[in-house]
Amino acid sequence: MTDMGWINGAITGARPAAVGALLRYFRDLDTAEEAFQEAALRALKSWPANGPPRDPAAWLILVGRNAALDGLRVRAKQTPLPPDEVLSDLDDAELPLAERLDGSHYRDDVLRLLFICCHPDLPATQQIALALRIVSGLSVAQIARAFLVGEAAMEQRITRAKARIAKANVPFEAPGAVERAERVGAVASMIYLLFNEGYSAGADAVRGPLCDEAIRLARLLLRLFHTEPEIMGLTALMLLQHARLAARFDAAGEAILLEDQDRSLWNGRLVSEGLALIDKAIRHNLPGPYQLQAAIAATHSRAARPEETDWAAIDALYAALERMQPSPLVTLNRAVATAKLHGPEAALSMISPLEDRLSGYYYYFGARGAFLAQLGRCAEARAAFDRAIALADTPAQAAHIRRHLDGLIRTPENDR
Amino acid sequence: MLYAILCYNDEDVVWSWTKEEDDAVMGRLAVVQERLAPIMGPSARLLPTTAATTLRKSPEPIVIDGPYAETKEQLLGFYVIDVENLDAALDVARQLTAANPGGAYEIRPIALYHPDKRVP
Repeated sequence: MTDMGWINGAITGARPAAVGALLRYFRDLDTAEEAFQEAALRALKSWPANGPPRDPAAWLILVGRNAALDGLRVRAKQTPLPPDEVLSDLDDAELPLAERLDGSHYRDDVLRLLFICCHPDLPATQQIALALRIVSGLSVAQIARAFLVGEAAMEQRITRAKARIAKANVPFEAPGAVERAERVGAVASMIYLLFNEGYSAGADAVRGPLCDEAIRLARLLLRLFHTEPEIMGLTALMLLQHARLAARFDAAGEAILLEDQDRSLWNGRLVSEGLALIDKAIRHNLPGPYQLQAAIAATHSRAARPEETDWAAIDALYAALERMQPSPLVTLNRAVATAKLHGPEAALSMISPLEDRLSGYYYYFGARGAFLAQLGRCAEARAAFDRAIALADTPAQAAHIRRHLDGLIRTPENDR
Repeated sequence: MLYAILCYNDEDVVWSWTKEEDDAVMGRLAVVQERLAPIMGPSARLLPTTAATTLRKSPEPIVIDGPYAETKEQLLGFYVIDVENLDAALDVARQLTAANPGGAYEIRPIALYHPDKRVP
């Protein structure tokens, strides 16, 4: 007897390779998806009784391919034969099984699938929706709920994405080295955007699991590019951030700042994996934005208590990130480390030039208020906190600033 | 007689388990391990192979990303070490290489470690 949990895991795990191979045969996303769906249904019937196959992906590919071919034959009796190119890859169905289903084929198939989902003609929202549907196998209803849109709207988004891909005439050959390098960056961005959708939702039962899905996709990408330090960095960054989930919110659902979090609630297994990956990446000596952000997260993870944080390392990492990817937000984050190292005065002069560009940004005024409060400039601090509250996106953000304000009010003698 | 039991499975599947599925498996294993406590030495669950690094034990040892992928050598033994980071682990592996060159060491972080359960 085979456990249903194992079967579902095996089908989900095999999905990218199987759908990728079926796409190579049929050169049509819908046909590949339907073929996989059919194969998965048959697996659910067959595997519990007969035990799992040695290679679930190979089983699903063969069964899916045969089911889809039967479907095409039935249709062919009613309608004209499909154009030749649709079936052009079927001659390799005659190759020996082992050769057809070896690991390197899987690699190219999965890569093609990821690249198609992240096609440059698609806006990011469509890339994410398509990847979740095609690669991860989430239902349209699940994706719609996760992105807070109606099911019909999400269905339309995915249909539109597929239509664009069909129109873009995507080549189905294994992508060449240059194209790989260009497009792996697009896949990484899609995965990180997906992660942030889940991260910003926190412990939300519907949206939160998007983080797990993003990490699963990153591991898949890392398996394909196992010597690429930026993909190690991306995976590490998400693992280290996701590890803090249980500590990020209090019982009332309000966000808890990093330095106030109960670090014993951090997920040790995710932290270990993240640290192992960033260690591996750094050895390549080819820093990139994901690696730098992951190294910053890792520095926090290595501190058992907030007082043990290596702020000098964090300041240096943010400085490197500033050079690589200049942005007022990076400078704002760096200022927090600078404040710890050199005091609030230095941090304040670092962020003051950013005010024009960050005038609509909650965190800017929150940080500015905190630095001013540390300097005892309470009236200015209050003004900054008031603007932060006005700009807060969530009640939790506003509540957080109000606690700072309460701190100021309790010591009115400091006001000047 | 001491035996090592080496665990093999499809990591894509195992790392696709939901938390509930994972907890259920670990829970069942914990019951068995508890029952076998008098004969249970240390056990460990490894992180996925994506987190692995390999040191080829050539005269000038080479560090390679990823797990040990060759099939012509066999698994002959293992160490569990407690170090700060990957560089420190590689340093240990180099010291071992100096004493015993040839083959390779795969350095894989441990996700979960259960110490020896046997009564001393």
